[in-house]
Amino acid sequence: MGVGGLFGALWQVELVRMVVLAAVVFTFLAVGGPLFLVLAERKISAWIQARVGPKHVGPHGLLQTVADTLKLLYKENIAPYRADVVLFSVAPILVAVAALLDWVVIPFAPGWVVRDLNVGVVYFAAVSSLTVIGILAGGWASNNKYSLLGGLRSAAQMVSYELPLGFSLILVATITGSLSTVRIVEAQPYPAYLYPSVVVAAVVFLVAATAEANRIPFDLPEAEAELVAGYFSEYTPMRFALFQLGEYGSLLASSALFTTLFLGGWKGPFQLPGAGPVVNGLVWFVLKTYAVVFFLMWVRWTYPRFRIDQLLGLSWKVLLPVSMVNLLVAGLLMVVVR
Amino acid sequence: MNAEALAFYTLAAMVLAGGGLVVLSRNLVHAAVSLVPTLLGVAGLYVLLHAEFVTAIQILIYVGAITVLILFVILLTEGATGLRVRQRNEQVPLAFVVCGALVLLLWGVLLRVPWGPPAGPMPAYNPGAVGRSFLLPYVLAFEVISLVILASLVGAIVIARREE
Repeated sequence: MGVGGLFGALWQVELVRMVVLAAVVFTFLAVGGPLFLVLAERKISAWIQARVGPKHVGPHGLLQTVADTLKLLYKENIAPYRADVVLFSVAPILVAVAALLDWVVIPFAPGWVVRDLNVGVVYFAAVSSLTVIGILAGGWASNNKYSLLGGLRSAAQMVSYELPLGFSLILVATITGSLSTVRIVEAQPYPAYLYPSVVVAAVVFLVAATAEANRIPFDLPEAEAELVAGYFSEYTPMRFALFQLGEYGSLLASSALFTTLFLGGWKGPFQLPGAGPVVNGLVWFVLKTYAVVFFLMWVRWTYPRFRIDQLLGLSWKVLLPVSMVNLLVAGLLMVVVR
Repeated sequence: MNAEALAFYTLAAMVLAGGGLVVLSRNLVHAAVSLVPTLLGVAGLYVLLHAEFVTAIQILIYVGAITVLILFVILLTEGATGLRVRQRNEQVPLAFVVCGALVLLLWGVLLRVPWGPPAGPMPAYNPGAVGRSFLLPYVLAFEVISLVILASLVGAIVIARREE
């Protein structure tokens, strides 16, 4: 744990180091998140629906999102009539920062983690739950009934899906005996007799993470047919882009955490020829994370949207009991085998 | 001033400013949102005390769940969110008297407690210790609290389903 070292030698150096790391992670998030993922999403959706997708800006449309971002930067920020301007401006920043904070505990390669907290997994769950406040505040401050409904739906959804997500985390913590993401990666592969439980936990985690990221089939907070665009209906360019940054940032972070917990993190099936441990780890980690992202996009463009009662029912009546029983079974097996 | 003191005073200022906003805001939603910096500041104070597990749980439960629940209830209540709804009544002086009495009481307690040095080093990893103390020495209190929560859940359902 690094907090002890926080005030160890020279705290000014530590402070500078943290600021630099924050800038690096934020850049990675901004480039790897919206800039790349929006393009990937458009290309993958086009491929699934037998279309071409963005084609004209840059080779094969590679610069499309760069052009879009520049356009967003040019435009004026507008607050709607009688909106609560302070909350309206703070909300998107809160969402983006919460997505950024997720990355503190993600191990990219051996030794490559911003801070290996000894409660890393709980920290991840805690920080990702901050997003809801931004979404609720933004929805209310817009002074628009559709925004408010979108915000309320999002809150109901995220609070419900935090529980099954938490149970998946508890299962992994029980098996590895640690909450630190680095130790969890080091403890993998898990014992073979626990595979069924781990697979159930992984599926529950993936469903809950999709719901937490507000993506189809769980994107009710922004259901276009009913709510215009949900909580960000009233937002103009850069603030809207910050919401998108938060959304894609937490999508990427959830995929990275899934890789860390269930796919062995930086460990690959074989050592890359001629690569050091860091390069080898980075390559495998990024490959796995983007494979999970691709899977989530594939799901998005394959399934229709749920209804709100189906969505909440799935969490409380299916996922939660399943994960409780799963945890019980895994615990019993571990006691019996030991 | 060393780094720890600097961090402490920054966090304390954050907690106090947030708490002041919670009490003084003229709008209920602003008051609820102001709980966020207050509770995050308290979480930061836990970090300074090397209680990382409590910090994470503080953010998860208080910021991520309880504040969201409060906001949710306020936003669902008609009339509570309008800017023109009065948030204060004529009992402000009385409230000041009560708060002053509480401060005096706490001050008295603080002065009487012998603040010795901490007993031994902190355990390196505390979630396990927290779990063991819930299930061994404090199991009765733990179970009583779960019963209270269960009772309030059942009560909420009874109130919500009154029409049947």
